[in-house]
Amino acid sequence: MIKIVDLEKSFDGQRVLKGVDLQISEKELMVIIGESGGGKSVLLKHLIGLVKPERGKIIIEGVDIIGLRGKEIDSIKEKLGVVFQGGALFDSLTVYENVAFPLKEKTKLSKGMIDERVLDALEDVGLGGMENKYPAEISGGMKKRVALARALITEPKIVLFDEPTTGLDPIILHHIHRLITATHKKYGFTGVMISHEIPEIFEVADRVAFLHDGAIVEVGTPEEIKNSSNPVVRQFITGSLEGPIEAF
Amino acid sequence: MRNIVRTIGSWFLSTLRGMGHMFIFLMHSIYFIFIPPFKFNLLLKQIRFIGTKSMVVILLMGSFTGMVLALQIFHTLRKVGSEAMLGPAVALSLIRELGPVLCALTITGRAGSALTAEIGIMRITEQIDALISMALNPIRYLIVPTIVASIIVFPLLTAIFDVIGIYGGYFVGVKLLGLSSGTYFSQMEQFVDMLDIRIGIYKSVSFGLIVSWVCCYKGFYTGYGAEGVSKATTEAVVMSSVMILIWDYFLGSILL
Repeated sequence: MIKIVDLEKSFDGQRVLKGVDLQISEKELMVIIGESGGGKSVLLKHLIGLVKPERGKIIIEGVDIIGLRGKEIDSIKEKLGVVFQGGALFDSLTVYENVAFPLKEKTKLSKGMIDERVLDALEDVGLGGMENKYPAEISGGMKKRVALARALITEPKIVLFDEPTTGLDPIILHHIHRLITATHKKYGFTGVMISHEIPEIFEVADRVAFLHDGAIVEVGTPEEIKNSSNPVVRQFITGSLEGPIEAF
Repeated sequence: MRNIVRTIGSWFLSTLRGMGHMFIFLMHSIYFIFIPPFKFNLLLKQIRFIGTKSMVVILLMGSFTGMVLALQIFHTLRKVGSEAMLGPAVALSLIRELGPVLCALTITGRAGSALTAEIGIMRITEQIDALISMALNPIRYLIVPTIVASIIVFPLLTAIFDVIGIYGGYFVGVKLLGLSSGTYFSQMEQFVDMLDIRIGIYKSVSFGLIVSWVCCYKGFYTGYGAEGVSKATTEAVVMSSVMILIWDYFLGSILL
C-alpha cells in the first residue's frame, strides 16, 4: 500500500534521511519510533507531500508521489487523513466547524448529512456536546481528539499520526491510544504513526519500525522489537544511557 | 578585499532571490484570484476585518489630518494674502497625497501587522500544513481573500479619510479661523478635478495590493516560534511602509 524506497533528504547540508526503505501493508498500523530529531517527522512530511526528497520514491497505491503536481497529488492527498503533533486545529473555527471543514470543502454533502457525520465523529472520540467550543477553550487531550475526528471524517484510506500523544498525561495517553485502536478497527485505514511512547505504543502497533541515523534499522512486530538483539533498539526501548546512542 | 566582494555578492544574490520569491508569491496569488471556486465568505470576513474595523481609526486620523493641514496652510496663505485658497489646498493635499498615503500607513499598522501575525501563527502551528494535507490550496484560502479585500477596501477608506479630512479643514478654517464657508467650498470645486481623484484612487488601490502582498508574504514564510512571528510582523510593517512611500513617489511622478 505504501512503499518508501531509498529516501534521502538534507537540510542545510545536514543529511537527515540517508536512504529510508519501508513498506507498510494495507490496513496495517505501523509505528515509527526513534530518537528525537532523528527525522521521523520529516519522513512523515514526505508522505503528506510537504517536503520533497533529494532522492528516492514514495509509492502510494502503486503511484510514485514524488514529482506529482496539481490534481495528481491532490487525488493522493484526498486519500490521506493527518493528525498533526499540536492538532493543527483552525483557531478561528469551532470544534464542529473544524471537523466539518474537510466535508464542506471537499464533498457536496447536504448540511444535514454533514451535521450527522460530524456529530457522530465527535461522539466516537468522546466529545459530544463540545461542538461550539473554540480550540483555545479545550484541553490538549481534547484538541488531539478533535484532530483525530477531523482526520477520520472523510474516511480516508490512510491516516498519518505525528506524535498524537506527546505532552499528554498517562491516562489521556491511554485513552487516545485506545481511540486510535478502536477507530483503526472501525474504519480499517492504513496507519502510520510517529511516536516516542515506549512501551505504550506496543499495545497499539501492528508493526514497529525503528529509525536511526537516517535509516530504518529494524522492522518487526511489537514482540520482535521488544526482544530485538540490536543494541541500538535495545538501548532505545529500555531508555538506558549506556549504549551506542549518545544522549547529547 | 576578496571577502568584502564576496559578502556584497552574497547579500546581493540573497536579496535578488528574496525579491524573486516575493514576486512569484504575488503572481501565484493573482492567478488564483481568477480561478474558481471563489471564497466569498472569506472575502467578506476580510473586508470586515480590514475595512469595517479600521473605520474608527481612519475617522480620527482623517479629521485631525485635515484640521492640522488647515491650520498650517491657513497661516502660510495669510502671509501672502491668499486665505481663499485654503479649501483647494487642503482638498488637493488630501486627495492626491496625504489621504492615500496616511490611510495606507494606518491600515498597515492596524490590520497589516495583525494579518502577518495571524498567518504566521497558522504557519508555526501547522494549520497551513493541515490545509495542504487536505488538498486545499492555502493561497486560495488565506491570501487571495486578503488581497482582494484590500484592493476593495483601501480606496473606500481613503475616500472616507479624504471627506472627513476636508470637513476637518472646514471646521478649523471656517468655524475657528473665520473663513467663509462659500469661499472654502467654491474654490475647491474650481481647483479639484477628476484627474486628482483618479490619482488618489490609483494610489490607494496599489497601496492595498502592496500592503496585503507584503504582510501576507511575511506571515506565510515566517520563521520559527514566537520570535519568528514577531520578526515577520515587524518586517511586514516596515517593508510595507517603505514600499508605500517609494511607490507613492514613482506613481506620483508618472501620473502628474
